[in-house]
Amino acid sequence: DQVLHIVPETFQQVQHLQHLCGTLLLDLWKPLLPEDIWAGEDLHIRVPAPLVQEVKDSLDQHMISYKVLIPDVQELVDQSMPRERSGHRQVPEGYVYTQYHPMEEIYQWMTQIQKSNSELVTQHYLGKTIENRTMYYLQISQPSDKTKKIIWMDCGIHAREWISPAFCQWFVKEILQNYKSDPKISRILQNLDLYVLPVLNIDGYIYSWEKERLWRKNRSPHMNGTCYGTDLNRNFNSSWGSIGVSYNCSSEIFCGSGPESEPETRAVAQFIKRKKSDILCYLTIHSYGQYILTPYGSTTKPPSNSEELMHVAEKAAAALMGKYGTSYEVGSTSSILYNNSGSSRDWAHMIGIPFSYTFELRDKGTHGFVLPPDQIQPTCEETM
Amino acid sequence: AAMELPPSSYPASRAASLVAGYACYRRGGPGRGLALRAVRRAAIQDIDDVGHKYHLELVLEDMLDKDSTVNCTAEVLYHLGNKNIAPDVQFTIEGELKNTDEADNVFYKRIKSLEKELVAENIPDSHGNVSPEMEPIRLLAWVASGYVIWQNSTENTNFRLAQIKHVKQVKRSDEYLEFDYMILLHEMVSQEIIPWQMTVLWHPQHGVQVTQDSRQPKHASE
Repeated sequence: DQVLHIVPETFQQVQHLQHLCGTLLLDLWKPLLPEDIWAGEDLHIRVPAPLVQEVKDSLDQHMISYKVLIPDVQELVDQSMPRERSGHRQVPEGYVYTQYHPMEEIYQWMTQIQKSNSELVTQHYLGKTIENRTMYYLQISQPSDKTKKIIWMDCGIHAREWISPAFCQWFVKEILQNYKSDPKISRILQNLDLYVLPVLNIDGYIYSWEKERLWRKNRSPHMNGTCYGTDLNRNFNSSWGSIGVSYNCSSEIFCGSGPESEPETRAVAQFIKRKKSDILCYLTIHSYGQYILTPYGSTTKPPSNSEELMHVAEKAAAALMGKYGTSYEVGSTSSILYNNSGSSRDWAHMIGIPFSYTFELRDKGTHGFVLPPDQIQPTCEETM
Repeated sequence: AAMELPPSSYPASRAASLVAGYACYRRGGPGRGLALRAVRRAAIQDIDDVGHKYHLELVLEDMLDKDSTVNCTAEVLYHLGNKNIAPDVQFTIEGELKNTDEADNVFYKRIKSLEKELVAENIPDSHGNVSPEMEPIRLLAWVASGYVIWQNSTENTNFRLAQIKHVKQVKRSDEYLEFDYMILLHEMVSQEIIPWQMTVLWHPQHGVQVTQDSRQPKHASE
C-alpha cells in the first residue's frame, strides 16, 4: 500500500480526484471527506497495493502530479508496533521461540512442555544453584523395552550467551513438534534418549537480565562478598586450574576454589558420572564464534578417537552450512581458540564419553553476545 | 622464512581480527563497516630481535550487506617486548568498496541539524535490537573501535566491540561531527569486558578519527 501526496491545481483535477476516491473507494487520510478536497490544498490518499498502478496511470493521464509520501505502509506499521511481551507467557502453544525469555518464563515453559507432552517428556531435578534455585533437566524418551543410549545437551553455562538457552528451548520444541512426522527424528527417538538442560547457570542468567547484560560466571560470593562468580566452564575436573584460567575472583575466567567447587558444576558432574556408561554424546552450547569444538582445551595432544570425532563434527558443519550458508569452523579448542582447563566438554570426554562437543553458535562478532532476536530462528534452524 | 599456519588456528585468527579492525578504521564510516569473514591463508615469520610478522590473506564483509565481500592481503608485525607499541599493519583491499556518499551526507545533515545534541544508551539493547536511526552511530563506533583495538592488540588478545554503553554528541563550531562514546570491548582470550572511553571525529570527506581514548576501570560503565 502507498500513500500519495497531491496538490490539485484546478477544479477539474479536484473533480477527477473525487471521482477516483469514490469509484475505487480509496482511503482518504487528508482531508477526511472527498467534498473537502480543494484546489491548492494538500491531499493524502492511501492506495491499496493492487490499485497503485491504476491510480498512478490515471493521475498521469489527467496531468495530476503526485509524490509518494509513504512507499510501504505495512513496513511503517511493523516498525512502530510495540514488541509483544505480554500475553505470550506460560503457554507453549503461544510461546514465542523467536524471542529471548527470562528465567521465570523458562521455568513455566518446562512445566508446560511436560504437561502437554507427558507421553514423551519428564522434568527432573538436577540440583540447586549457589543462590538456591532449582536446576531441572528435561528427559525426552520414547517408551521402549530396550535401554537406550543418551545424548546430553546443556545450554546457558555462561550467562551472557542468551542464544544458547534459546536454542535448547527451540530444540525441544522441534523434536516434540516433529517426532511423529519426521522420519529422522523418529528414528533418533527410537534409539536414543535426549536429556536437555535449558539453563545451567540460572543465577548468572537472571543476573544478566536484571543487572549486567554481559555477565558470564555464576554468582558465588568470594572474599567476604566483595567479589562474585566462578567461570563454570573452568570449574570441571579436567586438568583443573592448569592453564587458561585465573585464580583471581575478579577475572572472568576464575576457575573457583577447587575442581567442582560450585554447586552447579557438581549437580551436572554427579549426574553425568552416574549415567556415563549410557551416555553416547555430550553437547554443550555456547556463543559466539561459529565453531564446533572438540577436546581438548588443556592440551594439544589429540583425544584417542580424534579422527572419528572430527569426522562427525565436519559432517555436522557441512549440514549446518547447507541450510543458510553459515560457516562453522571445526577443531579442538586448543588449536582454534585458546588453551583452557576445567571445561565441561573436556571433562566429559576424559571420563569416557566418546562424543563430546562444544558448539559456539552465531555470530562471528558483529553482534557477539547481543544477538538480535531475528537471528534466533535461522541460528536454531541451521543448528538443528 | 615464513611458516604456514592453519587458517583456523588462533594465532592466525587473532592477527586477522586485528587487520579487520584496522582496515575498518581506515576505510569505514557511519555508512560502511567491515568485519572479518574468513581467513584464507596465514603464515608467520620470526624476525630476530624485532618480533613476529604475520602474512595473511583474508575475506572481509560489508556489515550492512553480508553478501558483499572483498579480498584483503595484509602483514602484521607484533613488536617484541615493548607492549606499548601498536603492531604495524599494512593491508591492501582488492577491488572497490561500495560508495556511501549519499548515506553519509544524509547522516551528516541529519546530525548537523539536530537542535539538541544526540544522546543514546545501550546500542544494541539487551535483546540485540538497534533502531534504524542508530545504525550509523553504531557503525561509527565499530569503525572507531578498530583504532582502539589496533592500538591495544598483542598476539594474546582478540578484541571485539560488544556494546555501546553510552554515546553523546558534542556540538562543534567547525564542520566536523564529534561523539563521545563509552563502549564495552570483549576480549576473547581473557573473556573480559573492558569499558573504554573514546572521542570520535567524523566528516564525510575526512573519514573517522579517534582523538582521545582511555581504558576505564571495570565498573565505570555501570
